[in-house]
Amino acid sequence: MEKIPILRMGKFLLVTIQVDLYDRLAEALEADLVQMVKKTGAQGVLIDISAVSIIDSFMGRIIGNIATMSKILDAETVVVGMQPAVAITLVELGLPLKGVHSSLNVERGMELLRTKINLSEGQSDDDGYAE
Amino acid sequence: MKNESIKVFQKKKKQILETWMKLQLADESLREDLMSNEELRGQSEELISILVDNLNDSNIDDPRHSDFDSVVDILSGISISRARQGFSPRETGTFVFSLKDALLNTMQQELKDPQELFLQSLKISKLIDSFGVTTFETFIKGREEVILRQTDEIAEISTPVIRVWDGILALPIIGTLDSARTQVVMENLLQEIVESGSSIAILDISGVPAVDSLVAQHLIKTVSATRLMGAECIISGIRPEIAQTVVHLGIDLTNIITKFTLASALRTAFNMLHLQVVKKQKQTIAD
Repeated sequence: MEKIPILRMGKFLLVTIQVDLYDRLAEALEADLVQMVKKTGAQGVLIDISAVSIIDSFMGRIIGNIATMSKILDAETVVVGMQPAVAITLVELGLPLKGVHSSLNVERGMELLRTKINLSEGQSDDDGYAE
Repeated sequence: MKNESIKVFQKKKKQILETWMKLQLADESLREDLMSNEELRGQSEELISILVDNLNDSNIDDPRHSDFDSVVDILSGISISRARQGFSPRETGTFVFSLKDALLNTMQQELKDPQELFLQSLKISKLIDSFGVTTFETFIKGREEVILRQTDEIAEISTPVIRVWDGILALPIIGTLDSARTQVVMENLLQEIVESGSSIAILDISGVPAVDSLVAQHLIKTVSATRLMGAECIISGIRPEIAQTVVHLGIDLTNIITKFTLASALRTAFNMLHLQVVKKQKQTIAD
């Protein structure tokens, strides 16, 4: 069976979904990711869905679930690179993914994660993003 | 027994065409500016020969008979092209109904028995009337297509996405927001966000005449979609009346950044991007 790789980058986990998700793959990803967060003690999870062009309510819920689970495990989740069509579909389905942060691309997503983690640790950062 | 009138028509095709042309040319609603007489003659000739060729005893009472499909095709083609060229309904109607006059005229000359003439006239009348209605239906359809195309064009050009600054998009919405329009607005906006990599979008609704719960719903959807893409959305141009309606309708806009003017929305956007607008210092000339 196919597997979606979960990469570790310092304090973050990076998940890039390069194929169209189907139900079992998404469920496996959910389980794997939670295990990885626990194992590595990651503080942030970045999910790149720029290659996902089709999404349904189930997939929307899985993404929401992953975010909520990571949050419970004390890791922030950022979804990056959502396609316009996917965003419209999610809104039309009534799934605005509350609690999930999103960013336009991986670079900005990383920046956002760093800001979030710095904020939650109460550190002042010097690049001018904390206010 | 072969129907008398049909025989007459087949024999007098040429004469009917002449009478018809004369009637059409004599009519004051003739539009020589839109269509030349030769073109009109061509259309008329084609229609008559197809009609007479397909007319027989069994189908004269039934305008929906499949024998007439080719006639209806030609009529539809003529009336759609006329609708596009800008003919009025009366002018298009006259085209078909003057054919009836021509046919009846010929019958009057050829059929001697009054009883038979009456019966045949009635049948022909019915047949041509039905063709007239078909012509009209297609004429209206042609017009509607024109209107639909224009509506699409308006929807397309009326929602421009403007890059006001690096990373800031503005989208002035003018006119009522309905579901179809929201879809276009949303698609254009999200596409532009991806292409320009902007992180802030300003929706200016000063040109929206009224906001009801449905329009507000559409606005909220657009904002949610923008957020999902990872950009922030500011709504500007909310007039006092709109603020009143929104509150009276119990619509919750507290999660959305709203501003009175585009200028203040832009200021907020600059703030979010940590940008500052500074007045240029006057250059002092050292003397």
